[in-house]
Amino acid sequence: MSGLPILSIMLLIPAVAAIACLFVPAATARAIALAATLVDFVLGVLLWANYDIGGAQWQFVEHGPAFGFFRWDLGIDGFALMLVMLSVFLMPICIGASWRAIEKRVPEYMAAFLLTETLMIGTFAAQDLFLFYLFFEAGLIPMYLIIGIWGGANRIYASYKFFLYTLLGSLLMLVAMLYMTQVAGTSSIPALQAFDFPGHVQTWLWLAFFASFAVKMPMWPVHTWLPDAHVQAPTAGSVILAGVLLKLGGYGFLRFSLPMFPEASGELTWLIFGLSAVAVIYTSLVALVQSDMKKLIAYSSVAHMAIVTIGLFAFNRQGIEGAMIMMLSHGLVSGALFLCVGVIYDRLHTREISRYGGLAINMPRYALFFLFFTMASIGLPGTSGFVAEFLALMGTYQVSTWIALLCTTSIILGAAYMLYLYRRVVFGEIKSEDVREMQDLSHRELWLLAPIAAVALWMGVYPESFMAPMRKDVGVLLARIDRATPPSDSKPTAGKPIPAAHAAAHGTAH
Amino acid sequence: MHSILLIVFLPLLAAVVAGLGNKALGVVPAKVITTGALFASCLLSWPIFLGFLAGTNTASVVPVLTWIVSGDMAVDWSLRVDQLTAIMLVVITSVSALVHLYSWGYMSEDPDQPRFFAYLSLFTFAMLMLVTADTLVQMFFGWEGVGLASYLLIGFWFRKPSANAAAIKAFVVNRVGDLGFMLGIFGTFLVFGTVSIPAILAAAPGMAGSTIGFLGYRVDTMTLLCLLLFVGAMGKSAQLGLHTWLPDAMEGPTPVSALIHAATMVTAGVFMVCRLSPMFETSPAALHVVMFVGAATCLFAATVGMVQTDIKRVIAYSTCSQLGYMFFAAGVGAYGAAMFHLFTHAFFKALLFLGAGSVIHAMHHEQDMRYYGGLRKSIPLTFWGMMMGTLAITGVGLPAVFGNPLGIGFAGFHSKDAIIEAGWAAGEPGVWFVGVLVALITSFYSWRLMFLTFWGTPRWAASEHIQHALHDAHGHGHDDHAHGHDAHHADEAHGNPAQAEDSGDHPSTHGASQHDLPAGTGGYHPHESPWPMLVPLILLSIGAIAAGFVFHGYFIEPDAGETFWKGDIAFREHLMHAMHGVPVPIKLSATIAMLLGLGTAWYAYIKAPSFPAAVADQFRILYRFLVHKYYFDELYHLIFVRPAFAIGRFLWHRGDEKTIDRFGPNGSAWVVQLSSRVAGRLQNGYVYTYAFVMLIGLTAVVTWAIAQ
Repeated sequence: MSGLPILSIMLLIPAVAAIACLFVPAATARAIALAATLVDFVLGVLLWANYDIGGAQWQFVEHGPAFGFFRWDLGIDGFALMLVMLSVFLMPICIGASWRAIEKRVPEYMAAFLLTETLMIGTFAAQDLFLFYLFFEAGLIPMYLIIGIWGGANRIYASYKFFLYTLLGSLLMLVAMLYMTQVAGTSSIPALQAFDFPGHVQTWLWLAFFASFAVKMPMWPVHTWLPDAHVQAPTAGSVILAGVLLKLGGYGFLRFSLPMFPEASGELTWLIFGLSAVAVIYTSLVALVQSDMKKLIAYSSVAHMAIVTIGLFAFNRQGIEGAMIMMLSHGLVSGALFLCVGVIYDRLHTREISRYGGLAINMPRYALFFLFFTMASIGLPGTSGFVAEFLALMGTYQVSTWIALLCTTSIILGAAYMLYLYRRVVFGEIKSEDVREMQDLSHRELWLLAPIAAVALWMGVYPESFMAPMRKDVGVLLARIDRATPPSDSKPTAGKPIPAAHAAAHGTAH
Repeated sequence: MHSILLIVFLPLLAAVVAGLGNKALGVVPAKVITTGALFASCLLSWPIFLGFLAGTNTASVVPVLTWIVSGDMAVDWSLRVDQLTAIMLVVITSVSALVHLYSWGYMSEDPDQPRFFAYLSLFTFAMLMLVTADTLVQMFFGWEGVGLASYLLIGFWFRKPSANAAAIKAFVVNRVGDLGFMLGIFGTFLVFGTVSIPAILAAAPGMAGSTIGFLGYRVDTMTLLCLLLFVGAMGKSAQLGLHTWLPDAMEGPTPVSALIHAATMVTAGVFMVCRLSPMFETSPAALHVVMFVGAATCLFAATVGMVQTDIKRVIAYSTCSQLGYMFFAAGVGAYGAAMFHLFTHAFFKALLFLGAGSVIHAMHHEQDMRYYGGLRKSIPLTFWGMMMGTLAITGVGLPAVFGNPLGIGFAGFHSKDAIIEAGWAAGEPGVWFVGVLVALITSFYSWRLMFLTFWGTPRWAASEHIQHALHDAHGHGHDDHAHGHDAHHADEAHGNPAQAEDSGDHPSTHGASQHDLPAGTGGYHPHESPWPMLVPLILLSIGAIAAGFVFHGYFIEPDAGETFWKGDIAFREHLMHAMHGVPVPIKLSATIAMLLGLGTAWYAYIKAPSFPAAVADQFRILYRFLVHKYYFDELYHLIFVRPAFAIGRFLWHRGDEKTIDRFGPNGSAWVVQLSSRVAGRLQNGYVYTYAFVMLIGLTAVVTWAIAQ
């Protein structure tokens, strides 16, 4: 593979396909989009297959020309590899999910999706600070269009809110980036990760990045754009929003905040922990009372993303690996849950939970998939959600028992709102005649859900495939941030062992 | 290949085939595959168990696959086989195989049988993973896996609102316990740097007396870890406080109640405490808590069981109470006795449940004992099966006193009396007294069930279910299959809450039911159940009769026990010695209590049937308190469920909409002003370029796109 600029090719294919889509009729646009995303997926598999686990930190490195103030430098490590895989895996599924649902201005729609793919892969692969920024921010544009044009009734408000939220954070981040390149004299991300900024500067820079990433996560209290965006977005838009765009915040913390400002990260851990713990409980309770399926899942996403942030800021291997798996797992599972909503939305054109009921009777296959993803969402062991939640919370416990306790309540609250949703939609008697007429999953829908289920199961049973490529990178990161690790609140003292003979006689003594 | 692989994975394979094949596969193939797999597992399990009894087997671990590796947190999928596992293996596979067989008869009218059998097999797989776990994390996998299967099976009749509610309740309440379990695993990993059970148990004594920080306090390390893990055990084993899901779980089909909510899953907590017994031994404080929780549950559930009228709920509370006995045994350090009671209880409680199922089957899905009576002659085999179960649970036997060289009796006699004696021998007269008192109550409610069901005159005519059966028979001939379960579900859904209301508001009618209701058969003829249902009853009867006598040596006798356990649990040999040396009155106490309970039940339900109503009237408040199960459900609804929804609504409307959005994006002018001010202050040209090119570009594109 050496020599072949595979990352550039992966960026180029969807971009070219996007342009091509604009000049062809709807049916051809669909075909082009599907073909391009599938080719990118195959390239992604090749990328993974050729990734040297335990090898160099940055692989598939490309140094391209400079355009003004940013350089075309690409390269991936294990984290980026996994997130690129997530993007290229979900993208064909999104195209498939839009096959029938989108009838209006199909070529533009397909172009927007393909552009999103380019920008997402670019975000994860960029090695230049400004190149990253370009991809990171431009990624919003197609998403903004997807919501604004193909969205629901209240789409303008949702896209406007989405835009406003993200803009403010982005500006602050840009200012910070400009300052950083001036001080450090480089815009290369690997170089900046090794550069030590002075303590007080770190705090300001950290806060500026935080403003952007917290919105993208989204963290409480800047999360309110997400439910609206999800509700208004078309199904595939929600899938990509939950599946990939929400990962940008976590990726940002991992790539910038932690390695570039370790001291500030250590000092401000309380802020992350506090907001995350509030988010877990707050949004879970809000999810419990939702009557709109998409809103419910959107709120649950906020709770899950809070688990990502506490895991990242636990400053230990379990926490960070758990957070990464949570990003992947959530990308798959909540994406699939949005697809599940889309399946029934396409039939009845409502997201009102109360309109449904008894789907297990006429849609048994659908009920099975929905059950699986529900269980994966609430972290049943054997699914990806468990590995993620378990490791992230285990990492957190080592730093703060309070936060671990508060965030572990998500296993109770999550079970409550998801099972309550499942019960209202799938169990019970069939509500009405139009519900009775709903058909079970078509072959197309089966082919959208089955691969995600398979990967979620794979990640739950044998997560090693996904964790091995990231292991070395976690080690590198830990070596970098180790010095700033916040103190643990639970250090055990040494025991006072009872001598063996005494222990045996201890029996009935008490 | 080690046979344990087949034992564990055959049920999984069967579940997958039957579950995914579902209706395409057909009812009979699904039943054959799942039941066949279970019988194969069962046949492979017994030799392992017998090998351990004979002392020819040694503990081994069969690795399967890497699971989670995150630094020191390394977990493999692996199957551990040792004494403790071997006991659980035979219990699980035997009861499960019999329950599969039984379901051929019990579920024969149900249109969804492949799904049912797939769930049963899935459950068995998860339970086997739990007991073969070599790490706490795999145990947690099994733990939650059985929770899932339990959820699916309680809600099996998913059209029924009450079943759905019960299923969610079971899952969520169990998750409260699992919160403790998870934190326990985290803490254990923090302290020991591993989640491997043997490694933890080996290192545990070295940490005795250490302290650790938790929620800002310094606490004893081992006490904290044991108690956190024990919270998990309390959830799964329905101990006081987290018990509320178990009675509701009776919404599931009766074979499920027998397998999951009596014989196997609910005993997982006891298994966990015994598995981790060397760890609990390092914390006397934690053991005390285990003992008190066990004793309290034991008493609480037994008192509630006295006044229930639904036959399955009586047995459910009985299960809860017996689980209390097991914890109480573990809490005083008699882990062998706890496991022994777990072992015998599995047989006789499964027998009682399956017997109850047979009665329900005969009575056309009527579950209220007030509408039973006089069934002894109509369903004799069921009667004798339940009789054996009752003799076993009440602990009928001849104590080893007055020259009788060794005690001999039904299963429960050996195991329960051992627990009561252990309570005394461990120097806990208080819990010993509770144990004896509960033995009395157990005997009372068990015989009450028998007398109300099988003795007296028939009171069937007043039952709606029986009326249904009679009318249907007139209407469409003997076409039982036409009204599958669905017809009954609706009835039950309406029937149960109404019943609960009745019993609460009119205690007098309730207690005196057998008199006030019109007597008579109404022309209904109960039929004995088919052979697939009777064979399990017969086989389990053998267990209920003999399991105690045959195996007590290995489990609780000082020498044989020490040899058998080989350090697999913390076997306190001298406690077992002390148990045998308790004074004669103590040895007799449980038997006397049993006889008193029998006598009272006989007086109240045979000799003077107006007596219960009189008592209920006399102690009206107490009676209502018991009928309402100490108002736990009402209390939890008030302090957890309703506030959760109310706070959720408040945060949504007041928090998100009225506060965050109002001052955030909806106050957009403010945001735009602020952002331009920020941009204006910075003297860097790039900021302008970037921000404004982006903003203008975006606006232009969107305007163009939307306007078109």
